[in-house]
Amino acid sequence: MLERQQVDHVARLARLELSDSEADTMAVELSKILDHIEAIRALDLEGVQPTSHVVDLVNALRADVPQRSLTPQQALAQAPEPTDAGFGVPSPGQGAE
Amino acid sequence: MSQHLLELSAAQAVAAIRAGELDAAELFELYRSRAAADPLNAFTWVAEDAAVAAPAGAPLAGVPAAVKDLFCTEGVPSQSGSRILEGYRPPYTATVVAKLAKAGAPLLAKTNQDEFAMGSSNENSAYGPVLNPWDRARVPGGSSGGSAAAVAAGLAPWALGTDTGGSIRQPAAFCGIVGLKPTYGACSRYGMIAFASSLDQAGPLTRDVTDAALLLRHMVGRDQNDSTSLELPEEIRLPSRGDLKGVRLGVPQELTGTAGGIDPGVLASFEAALAQAQALGASVEPCTLPHAPHALSAYYIIAPAEASANLARFDGVRYGLRVAGDSDLDTMYSRTRAQGFGAEVKRRIMLGTYALSSGYYDAYYGTAQRVRTRISQDFQSAFAEVDFIVTPTAPTTAFELGAKSHDPLAMYLNDVCTVPMSLAGIPAISIPCGLSDGLPVGLQLAGPAFSENALLDAAYALEQALAFDGRSAWAGGGAPA
Repeated sequence: MLERQQVDHVARLARLELSDSEADTMAVELSKILDHIEAIRALDLEGVQPTSHVVDLVNALRADVPQRSLTPQQALAQAPEPTDAGFGVPSPGQGAE
Repeated sequence: MSQHLLELSAAQAVAAIRAGELDAAELFELYRSRAAADPLNAFTWVAEDAAVAAPAGAPLAGVPAAVKDLFCTEGVPSQSGSRILEGYRPPYTATVVAKLAKAGAPLLAKTNQDEFAMGSSNENSAYGPVLNPWDRARVPGGSSGGSAAAVAAGLAPWALGTDTGGSIRQPAAFCGIVGLKPTYGACSRYGMIAFASSLDQAGPLTRDVTDAALLLRHMVGRDQNDSTSLELPEEIRLPSRGDLKGVRLGVPQELTGTAGGIDPGVLASFEAALAQAQALGASVEPCTLPHAPHALSAYYIIAPAEASANLARFDGVRYGLRVAGDSDLDTMYSRTRAQGFGAEVKRRIMLGTYALSSGYYDAYYGTAQRVRTRISQDFQSAFAEVDFIVTPTAPTTAFELGAKSHDPLAMYLNDVCTVPMSLAGIPAISIPCGLSDGLPVGLQLAGPAFSENALLDAAYALEQALAFDGRSAWAGGGAPA
């Protein structure tokens, strides 16, 4: 069972503002999902290597040849607050960590 | 005339255009006008103008494709079903879409989908649910629901989707069409708005197996912009096999019993199709995937974990929605994401962030990765005994809108038969195998990595014998009743 306090902590990590009622619902729903998922923790997986990726490729690098990329204008075209110098953002202010 | 054109599969249309019997512009306009009417809410954008003529001799001859919204298309809205990307017009085009355009399949429309491909019913789209052309009170499946409904209803000749845990195969099954998830890495992911990077894979949704092979042939290949993409060992061929002599089909007991939640009507249709396969010369034998019952749990840790990292980029800084007011930077992030994401996306971000958080990482994510290894090993053992694994694609037929949207876990159980193949990265195809209470049932065939040609051949042979007729869904693509 996920406590409300844990939900608030995870929401903070995920930069997701949840209302009180959203957080309560989330605690119930996530607990139900986690209860279902818990079963795999009972499996004997001693010595089994984890799979992070199914394709066995290493150092799949392209040739180091310069190529055209987006212009600054293209890159900034969809920004909510484009500035001459780049992406404008609000002040980090008091909430910064 | 237009009904006659509608009768042509995409591959037949390609052949007709190349033979000079059909004008590509006429075909484009037929589908463009059908798509623009959009009685199923299958599209988020439809081309307004005629396509630029395909280059002379282009192998796909100008037969246009509908493309799932999450593929970036330069200058054309690409919103991945999300409010947070509303109006976003990318400065570049996804590799797979660019390859198809070059091969002569221009962009017809962008298709509706579950937000960031998270869902099995298309009800999680910020742009409203897609309706199933077989019964508009039902879901088309998801997350590539718009692509599946569009092809089934004759609103697009063929379509692109993506499959992370079943998002091509399950909607194909629900809509009575063919859907193929290739081997992981076969198609470049460059320009696909990411959900779970180790699982996401593009693939075709088509009327028949031949169309799937033809479209896939022009999608695959190594791309320097995706370091996990690779070259297939051989070119994709058009299928031609007429029988299944000597083919061994394995039926995994874990995924085919009523105990596993498979609907009896689905099971009956599946078993009738297996009898057809036997009549074609295949042997059908039980096999075992001992860890398959745990695949869903592993998937619902791994996919949300990867999603929580991938979706960190949506922060109101570089593109998309920003909710600022007079707040500071950190509050802007949290409020933008709170208003931009829908409920299911928030749930998965929370689940993934929790599974990756300090103190829980090994218990959840590490365990899930080990289960993933076991699942791959199960398939390897099975493929030592059989050529292909066969299962129903989904445990039920298309369910009613709203039937599962308030129970996330019940919704996740839709993916029980498709998720194991995704975790193992192996190719799998869903073909329509019959009707249950008037709704299509899908049969899934899965093979070892890089077995696409053999898989398409086997699916083709079975398709000819089953002779499924999906044309009654075209009426569902007509004007609203």
